[in-house]
Amino acid sequence: MGTVVKVENLGKQYRLGQVGTGTVYQDLNRFWYKARGKEDPYVKIGQENSLRNSGGNQFVWALKEINFDVKEGQVLGIIGKNGAGKSTLLKLLSKVTYPTLGEIKIKGRIAALLEVGTGFHPELTGRENIFLNGAILGMRKAEIRSKFDEIVEFSGVEKYIDTPVKRYSSGMRVRLAFAVAAHLEPEILILDEVLAVGDAEFQKKCLGKMKDVAGTGRTVLFVSHNMAAVKSLCDSAIVLVNGRVQYVGETTNAVSYYLKGDSENQNKKTFSSEYDKPEFSLHQMSLNNFSKSNEEPLVENEEIEFHISLTLKNENSKNYHITFHLINELGEALFSFYPSSNGVNLRTGLNNLTCTFPKLFFQSGTYYLSLFIFRNKKEAVIIEKDIMSFTVVDGGRELGVFMGREPGFIRPQFHWENKSV
Amino acid sequence: MNAAEEHWDLIIKPKTSLFSIDFKQVWRYRDLMLLFVKRDFVATYKQTILGPLWFIVQPLLTTITFMVIFGNIAKISTEGVPHILFYLSGIVMWGYYSECLTKTSDTFSVNSDLFGKVYFPRLIVPFSIIISSMIRLSIQLVLFFCFWTYYYFYKGIPLQVNSTVFLFPLLLILMAGHGLALGIIISSLTTKYRDLRFLVQFGVQLLMYASPVVYPLSSVPEKYKWILLLNPMTSIIETFKYGFLGIGVFNYQYLIYNFLSLVVILFVGFVVFNKVEKSFMDTV
Repeated sequence: MGTVVKVENLGKQYRLGQVGTGTVYQDLNRFWYKARGKEDPYVKIGQENSLRNSGGNQFVWALKEINFDVKEGQVLGIIGKNGAGKSTLLKLLSKVTYPTLGEIKIKGRIAALLEVGTGFHPELTGRENIFLNGAILGMRKAEIRSKFDEIVEFSGVEKYIDTPVKRYSSGMRVRLAFAVAAHLEPEILILDEVLAVGDAEFQKKCLGKMKDVAGTGRTVLFVSHNMAAVKSLCDSAIVLVNGRVQYVGETTNAVSYYLKGDSENQNKKTFSSEYDKPEFSLHQMSLNNFSKSNEEPLVENEEIEFHISLTLKNENSKNYHITFHLINELGEALFSFYPSSNGVNLRTGLNNLTCTFPKLFFQSGTYYLSLFIFRNKKEAVIIEKDIMSFTVVDGGRELGVFMGREPGFIRPQFHWENKSV
Repeated sequence: MNAAEEHWDLIIKPKTSLFSIDFKQVWRYRDLMLLFVKRDFVATYKQTILGPLWFIVQPLLTTITFMVIFGNIAKISTEGVPHILFYLSGIVMWGYYSECLTKTSDTFSVNSDLFGKVYFPRLIVPFSIIISSMIRLSIQLVLFFCFWTYYYFYKGIPLQVNSTVFLFPLLLILMAGHGLALGIIISSLTTKYRDLRFLVQFGVQLLMYASPVVYPLSSVPEKYKWILLLNPMTSIIETFKYGFLGIGVFNYQYLIYNFLSLVVILFVGFVVFNKVEKSFMDTV
């Protein structure tokens, strides 16, 4: 099987900040350099892409030195954190924007699905939109006409096909849009995270359809945050970090590489002398899955242990109480928890506290911990908001169950019964 | 690597050539172009009572306004033809050009959401605008010919129709071409410099007064005529009036100048558009 997509030394540079007066000068300068046959002066500068460290540079490389090949029939996953360059890569592959350096060579017809329902016009009917959307995605009219019934059936909106789309519910719109997209028949298909839409049932249908597509020997490039979907659809994957390819290989390895990189420094925090107070000193906090080290990613479907070690210097240990608050991504406190609820108290000297969360307690997501130590039950000796954060990831649920995230942040396991009368 | 593997259907790389618009691609997407035309046409007048009648109401009301202000108050010459025919012909022709110009000049800013998500030859959008405006133009021309027939046959007004009417397809191409060319240049520049959008909004209105819409070219002093003739619409409107109404100035040289300037400006337009097409998503 031959190579159908070949990416060579691909780079994309973006300019940071506002487009304003300065750009006229830069444009002229650039033009002047080019007119003299010199290289673009702004290509040389520019820093690595990173969301945190903005530096003083105006130019940033969203992608740099990207090289990879895709073979015919391969289903390649592209994974990476927000801002790693996934979307930029997709945009380049789909010709929405052009690279600054390097090239992409493609064999065969290519179609990109960066969003469902691109170009839907609210005033037009479902029928009219099927044709419009199909044509935007690169289908010929005759092609759409021949698949029209199939599309309508797949979408499940037969009854409303002659109603303007503006009267559709958002779910219906998505169904219709996906139905059109699913009937595209390019040799190479580029998919963004279109799975994150619709209800569970429809997601299942979409995934099934995508598996079918992947199964027919078509080449698929799939970008997603959803590790379970990547694992089940793709046979290999590349991991992007700060605009560079960090890992290319088999999906399972790539996913674990990604997850590891993601949570490396987060699950452990060692405290410096800053937390060496007259009454106590904090040493370390860490989280890990039961029987695993804190360097592995935290998965939701295993027990999670939380450790903290501190030294209480005051002789009167009974007067001291420690409490934690668990904060979600939105900054809301979910609950507080403390060892004294189990009759575990602090003692003078070194304390090594461990708290175990049952498996399937957290939803996947990022959480923050706040620490409080009280003296005489009311005076706070320390209040540290968001002292550390940790990320719980999807443990790789079975495909076809539910691809999205359940609502809420925790999912306690309750006792259920169905009594026979 | 063997020879077969060397063949690639598509190579995406930083575009360097000045003129690399792939007209074959544009042709391949012709269905999309027609669907855009249909969308523009259908969507504009959905949920209106008069529907496409608005195409007629607009020029009619403008004509009446012009008849009152320029015909009766300012008493500007209409070279002896009924006011309504004089103004309506100018308004309809100018209307087509200005619509092509203003709508294509918004190509990138209006469609940025769409362009950011999916690739198709970007020229499809301005082309579809040219065509959907043509539908509007033909409805308005029907209106014009209704009045024309009324005056010619019922009122017996001697309108000197001549063979110049057969130049109409050429006039149409010239108008569409000029509107398109200037429109895509402006749309390319507005992706970076929004200032131009404000300029276009009132610039088009002002430009109308630099075209023989409310006055005949013959009433302009000889030494200033050349300024008006720089405006491509001047010779187009005059030729139209000459053919259908038997008034106005008709000169082959004007049309040849017009055509040559179209070739130049259209070439510039395609070059600029081609350059912006690949990078506008980063600046828009």
